[in-house]
Amino acid sequence: MTATDSELDTQYTPVRKIGWLERMLGIELYRMVRGLVTNPLSIIGMLLLVFFLFVALAAPLLAPPRPGGDPYQIPRDGYSSVPKPPGSEWSSRQPPLPFWWKAIVGTDHWIHLMGAASGQWDIYYGVVWGTRTALRVGVTITLVTAAVGITLGSISAYYGGAVDMIIMRIVDIFLAFPNLLAAMTLSAVLTPKLGKGIYPAMIALAAFGWMGYARLIRSDILSVREREYVLAARVIGVRDARILLRHILPNAIFPTLVVASMRFGDYVLSFAALSFLGIGAEVGYADWGQLLSFARAWITNLGAYWFIVIFPGLALVLFVLSWNLVGDALRDILDPRLRGSR
Amino acid sequence: MINYIVRRLLLVPLLLFGVTILIFGMLQFLSPVQRSALYVRDIPRNERVLDGVIRRYGLDQPIYVQYWKWLVGTRDPRTGKIAGGILRGDFGYSRTASESVADIIKRRFPATLELTLWSVVPVVAGGVVLGVISAVNHNKWPDHLSRIFGILGWSFPTFVFGLLMLMIFYANLRWFPPGRISDWANRIVLSEEFHSYTKMVTIDSLLNLRFDIFLDVARHMVLPVITLSYLWWAMMLRVTRSSMLEVLHQDYITTARAKGLHERIVVNRHALPNALMPVVTIGGTMVLGLLSGVVITETVFNYPGIGSAAADAASNLDVVTVLGLALLNGSVLVVANVVIDVLYAFIDPRVRLD
Repeated sequence: MTATDSELDTQYTPVRKIGWLERMLGIELYRMVRGLVTNPLSIIGMLLLVFFLFVALAAPLLAPPRPGGDPYQIPRDGYSSVPKPPGSEWSSRQPPLPFWWKAIVGTDHWIHLMGAASGQWDIYYGVVWGTRTALRVGVTITLVTAAVGITLGSISAYYGGAVDMIIMRIVDIFLAFPNLLAAMTLSAVLTPKLGKGIYPAMIALAAFGWMGYARLIRSDILSVREREYVLAARVIGVRDARILLRHILPNAIFPTLVVASMRFGDYVLSFAALSFLGIGAEVGYADWGQLLSFARAWITNLGAYWFIVIFPGLALVLFVLSWNLVGDALRDILDPRLRGSR
Repeated sequence: MINYIVRRLLLVPLLLFGVTILIFGMLQFLSPVQRSALYVRDIPRNERVLDGVIRRYGLDQPIYVQYWKWLVGTRDPRTGKIAGGILRGDFGYSRTASESVADIIKRRFPATLELTLWSVVPVVAGGVVLGVISAVNHNKWPDHLSRIFGILGWSFPTFVFGLLMLMIFYANLRWFPPGRISDWANRIVLSEEFHSYTKMVTIDSLLNLRFDIFLDVARHMVLPVITLSYLWWAMMLRVTRSSMLEVLHQDYITTARAKGLHERIVVNRHALPNALMPVVTIGGTMVLGLLSGVVITETVFNYPGIGSAAADAASNLDVVTVLGLALLNGSVLVVANVVIDVLYAFIDPRVRLD
């Protein structure tokens, strides 16, 4: 007698019910997502990230730029070097009012919501558009470093031997410099070539940021390379590039991608640090580090001019914190030693 | 063991060579005129004189010749004196500080060293102690507190933290001033009767029995030390905590407890030494991080060290100076990393067996 279909079904009914979400994402990704939305700290982190994303996307509505001007250039209200406290009137050359202004603030002209830094740069505008700068910088550097690191690491691991040796020594040499100092040096070298702006600092940070990914993907590929299905592919004569791209990389790339997404906050932070030191963009570019550097001239009066530090500082801290909260939860989820403990 | 150490030491010249290549590569972005700052104090404006300088120091020659001259220096055919040569400790001249890069290093390095050394003390003491406490009290309130401290620490950018410190403790409370030393104390330090043995004022003032100067300098150092080190407190705390937790769950600890040993002895004698292994590894990363961190910390507090010199030079695009300082830092780090690796082999027998 043969088993009917219904009998087979009852025999193999899974103990755990698999929902549509899990079926769609696959078990690994599903476990990650579930871990993220059940951990209170990571929920706070993700809410903050959504908030920043909203501010970045809605920047033209939150703080409309002067028509025709570069939106990343902070509008200034005169040239006096003395900072103005939050709530003071905007006296000259006002930018256009956003549509919500009258309803929420209650005036029919601009006031400096978060004060104005020395040079009369409006801090509110800088913080809002600085969010865009932060995301732009973070995305670019993360993509570039991950691409470079993954390419070099895969080549190194797959070919091994002398190629591996050379690439790994290059990694060692790049790691010999403190990250920030190296980036500072390279952007000082690049600035005269490329002109002042955000690009020298971004290129410099990317140039000294790929080494960790190269090491990580290399070790993961080394372990995947010896699996049976890779050997099988090699036996039937599949080309090197195809084995690497179709069989090895998809199975080895996941940890590297997670680490790369976790380092997003670090890149934004390093970029802000460079701007703070006066190495990033030109004065007046909407960028948190740039705004904070205005405080350097007023160290003795920071008690009175607290707003120069607090508002951009808060934005930067919350941004990095949100990324770290999510990253911390991810690390706990993915750490095999902690698996099953929750 | 010997084998491991020898292999590690053989890597040093290779890495140092790589570091010089990287720096020299970045120098090639400069024009020969800018590069002449490697050899002459003032770059001449007159074009004929400038051409003479470029030819004299071989700045128009093939790259490998230039590299060699950059390493060992070149002899000026007119005076017979050797100029340049990083191996001779001559890194060229700073355009903005109008002195040689070597002089900047000589004058400012002791201050940076002093700051870094003082920062290591609270990190190792505080971070390790807090980490052990939080592991022993796993998932109780000391653990939660220190985890929150850890994650907040990681998220606070050094310069925001430093500015907040200045805002609270200097601008509002007037407790701790920025800078390195007060004017009155500096006059005494620079005077004849004060002997500068180490150039590190905290130590020199004690050796000279000038406790008033020590107190003054210490007051200036409090904020920079906290700012430079809080990040590594947080790091050290997390590493100690997780490695301590791992060790505490091992069988030999259960055995020790089953024997009826006092919990304090189990923690301090049996668990702690093994839990400290990863902490030593972090030591290397910490040296890297502290040296990187001085750039920002010194700039925020106007502390006259290597880091603020590098930041000033970089923001003024004084590339020769920045590259000189980067070269110094890179070489120090290569050597420091090797020392740590070798130390590690002494502590952890498993490394030697590989």
